[in-house]
Amino acid sequence: MRGESEEMIDLLRDKVAELGLTNTVKVIKTGCFGFCEEGPIIKIKPDNIIYVKVKFSDVDEIFEQHVLRGHIVERLLSVDPETQETYKEDKALGFYKKQYRIVLRNCGFINPEDITEYIAVRGYEALAIVVSENTPEEVIEVIKKSQLRGRGGGGFPTGLKWELTAKHRRSDKYIICNADEGDPGAFMDRSVLEGDPHTILEAMAIAGYAIGASTGIIYIRAEYPLAIHRLEVAIKQAKEYGFLGDNIFESGFNFNIEIRLGAGAFVCGEETALINSLQGMRGEPTKKPPFPSEAGYKNMPTSVNNVETFANIPPIILNGPEWFSSIGTENSKGTKVFALAGKINNIGLVEVPMGTTLQEIVFDIGGGIIDGKKFKAVQTGGPSGGVITGDNLDTPIDYESLRSIGSMMGSGGMIILDEEDDMVAICKFYLDFSREESCGKCTPCRIGTTRMFEILERLINFEGTPEDLETLEDLAINIKNSSLCGLGQSAPNPVLSTLEYFREEYEAYAYRTKKTSYQIIGDKCIGCTKCSKVCPVDCITGSIKKVHIIDEEDCIACGACYTACPVDAIIKP
Amino acid sequence: MIVKNLKELRELCEAVGDHVHLRENGKSKDGSFIDILIGMGTCGLAAGALETFEQLEIVLKKKGLNHVNVISVGCVGFCHMEPTVQVNIPGKEPVIYGRITHDQVEKLVNKVIIDGGFLQENYLIKSFRRAVI
Repeated sequence: MRGESEEMIDLLRDKVAELGLTNTVKVIKTGCFGFCEEGPIIKIKPDNIIYVKVKFSDVDEIFEQHVLRGHIVERLLSVDPETQETYKEDKALGFYKKQYRIVLRNCGFINPEDITEYIAVRGYEALAIVVSENTPEEVIEVIKKSQLRGRGGGGFPTGLKWELTAKHRRSDKYIICNADEGDPGAFMDRSVLEGDPHTILEAMAIAGYAIGASTGIIYIRAEYPLAIHRLEVAIKQAKEYGFLGDNIFESGFNFNIEIRLGAGAFVCGEETALINSLQGMRGEPTKKPPFPSEAGYKNMPTSVNNVETFANIPPIILNGPEWFSSIGTENSKGTKVFALAGKINNIGLVEVPMGTTLQEIVFDIGGGIIDGKKFKAVQTGGPSGGVITGDNLDTPIDYESLRSIGSMMGSGGMIILDEEDDMVAICKFYLDFSREESCGKCTPCRIGTTRMFEILERLINFEGTPEDLETLEDLAINIKNSSLCGLGQSAPNPVLSTLEYFREEYEAYAYRTKKTSYQIIGDKCIGCTKCSKVCPVDCITGSIKKVHIIDEEDCIACGACYTACPVDAIIKP
Repeated sequence: MIVKNLKELRELCEAVGDHVHLRENGKSKDGSFIDILIGMGTCGLAAGALETFEQLEIVLKKKGLNHVNVISVGCVGFCHMEPTVQVNIPGKEPVIYGRITHDQVEKLVNKVIIDGGFLQENYLIKSFRRAVI
């Protein structure tokens, strides 16, 4: 079928070009969709309609009817062999539907502790191709052309980072895999390391070949014992097969990987702090320049890349940079893995093409908010990011668009908040984290984050004043502008973004207008007395079959009555 | 064994591909074995995947189902439905079941492996598509 598919692609491309639609209609060559016996397959997005057993002569009809007019060509739809019904959309759970798995391609599919299963999915083929057929410059060129950007949060172009490291001629160079995943609520890297460790080893070896390094170091937090174990097993197996070690694939290229454990400090995800920690020094960042690409580990040129970035490398080599750069938005190519957590039905790990909207992630893939409650915001980027409200749900996700609405891509933690979440308390939680994790080297971050935390604490205890809000904002801006490293520069983000979108919640604390007690809705109360029985401070009065009342002065907002009420007659403060 | 070059690697890839092909398109050359994949990342293990794994081995042994392999894999992403189990039977689409705790194992084996049926209440998804490249 291969040849015919190529012809169909050419024909479709010609048609699109003929009508001048190249900006709106993209013809993309993809890998197998998984229905191999029904190929060739054409899938139209965003409708997600799949046409099967398409012949060259059908292409015209699909283009004229579906692409131009939006009519579905029924006769080319797939038929379910068991129910005999045709299905337009594939019936997979919404959770799978909008996903596109490059990084997670093998997670849950192969046994991570069995190297033959990885080999069976074309494992180490990319490495073999690279060392036997390409020069290091060609490898860097491929990665540059793919426009892959660092997935750790910063979004620096990976190919450029490799090129900058490659150009320095020194005796030793190093490849470091940053597996110090520390954002609360993020577990993407852990899942990749646990589910597909060989991919990381293969990609590190490719990177080593590209920049001229023969040593790779995986810096991983000791809190990930299973990932560490699987990496150790993988390294041992890879050595047995000759994928690591000396003279890999008889090319003369040597590469070894060692695992180094970190104690789990958040700041060690910052590359200069990470390198310091590796060298046995305190995990504190240093000034850049010099960048690690010039003087990194042991003062030698070093490229530090994130786990997820590495996981993209073998597919890019195997499928070509054009394939990769055809996915995603103009400046952000490929996919991004997100860890969905919080008040969402389908908590889990998802991978979507860049440009997918938050709406699609939260509602289509995530299945919406638990208990049908109202959506309030998404927190992305962990303690360095901000909140995204309902108004911005249709923002396509990429590095630039998230930054423009005051949040950031971060490493990919996504915490979904519902109407009952208190934004000031959420913000306090993140500040508590940043203040704890601040390494203390620079004053703005060390003292500033603590001061911000104190203000938030004061506000929540109703001891704050309206002036506190201004001080908070001032502090946030100053810390952002004057901190040494990424941690301090981004720690005020949660404050700034919640202040922007939820200022009224701060004001309710500052002006003491926030309701602090639970209340009973008179119309709903059936007088069952259950609430008054559980109240620990006896502030609920009322007799059997009469409406009960909560004394607002005495209520300690413990929520016991709310849980006990059988008819939902009690509302939260 | 050391793999010396690309050609040797590709031959090896072909030779060891049977289990993966069963998961990819339901066709293995051998055709006689069934693979049960259990998601055993940290999330799966926390939800009891190890107990499920052990129980499966016990039940399969007891029933003499030697052609069924139990394979530990990473996380598929359905954290809200752990432990997840994927059943790959030759000629059929793979089915992922959720919340297969150890007490569900006997039921799964009886209904899905022995009777060739379907476990409606734990069903998550049935597809060759793993939403992949």
